[in-house]
Amino acid sequence: MGLNIDYEHLNQELKDTLQKARPAPPSGFVMAKLDEAIGWARKYSIFQYPFVTACCGMEFMSVAVSHYDIDRFGAGMPRFTPRQADVLFIVGTINHKQAPILKRVYEQMCEPKWVIAFGACASSGGFYDNYTTVRGADRIIPVDIYIPGCPPRPEAVLDGLIMLQAQIQQEGYMNKRRALRKQGFKELHGQH
Amino acid sequence: MASTKTSAPVAFSDLLSALKGRFGDVVLAHRSDFGDDTVVVQRERWLDILQFLKDAPSLAFNYLVDLTCVDYFGQEPRFEMVVHLLAFESGKRLRVKARIPEEDATIASLAPLWRSANWLEREVYDMFGIRFVGHPDLRRILMYDEFEGYPLRKDYPLKKSQPRVPLLSPEREEEEGI
Repeated sequence: MGLNIDYEHLNQELKDTLQKARPAPPSGFVMAKLDEAIGWARKYSIFQYPFVTACCGMEFMSVAVSHYDIDRFGAGMPRFTPRQADVLFIVGTINHKQAPILKRVYEQMCEPKWVIAFGACASSGGFYDNYTTVRGADRIIPVDIYIPGCPPRPEAVLDGLIMLQAQIQQEGYMNKRRALRKQGFKELHGQH
Repeated sequence: MASTKTSAPVAFSDLLSALKGRFGDVVLAHRSDFGDDTVVVQRERWLDILQFLKDAPSLAFNYLVDLTCVDYFGQEPRFEMVVHLLAFESGKRLRVKARIPEEDATIASLAPLWRSANWLEREVYDMFGIRFVGHPDLRRILMYDEFEGYPLRKDYPLKKSQPRVPLLSPEREEEEGI
């Protein structure tokens, strides 16, 4: 499909990075195995919340239905309440009028939660640079995976999803989220 | 309501003389480029003129196609209202304009004549800050209530945004000069 990505290498790289960032587990063997089991279960049971605002939504729909079949990756169940969702898909342009809504949706999601910025606008604002557009959803909430494209090819979306799965598998129980949240609050409020 | 075409399209010259007969020298300029009939009229008689264009049986411009505004920054008067009309019966179209000065950016609302003017005028108010006298509900329609200024005015800073929630990495904003 034109994508030639060495996932083995990618996984190893992510593993090394996370190993470096993560403090040593308190009791070694048992804790590490539990982490892996939880990660494996989580990465194949993604309930997604599609926050669709623009044309990228059409591409998201094509990924979600049978032709590309996102259900192969255990992510086939969209939930239209954030309280039941694990992954927030930000699909399309985010403007300043919507920003508080997006933030509230994110805050209503239960931990553990992840965020995917789908397409150029959600990742960086795209070519919009004016009074109305937020230059990237990561200005409002932390984002885990950025999928490029205007709009992205379905293959690129699945690629991003696989990357997220690798991240879910590899990350320690709550460690990443705690770190992200701390960092986010620090940037927002200066302390805590 | 009549369903057949009862009248031939009114010639533009007839329309001009009808306006002159009714209101005097109210038409400041008129053009007919490529068949697009345009009249520029006095702002003070805005509502009367459009009422006449709508109600006069020989004209009967009963459909308000579009209502918008142009900011000719640097010219005087600065703003120009643009209204596009259509007469269903004759198929005739007409563009009506009026200039508005910056220091008194007001004009009569057309909402009493056409209900479609309601939201169109709210948009013009939102984007250009023109105040419509007699509008039933003049609020912003696209931007949020706490937004300051009028973004489609030419003197609104090109990249000035007004976030409603605190943005992560504000120093990035400064670097990019937003």
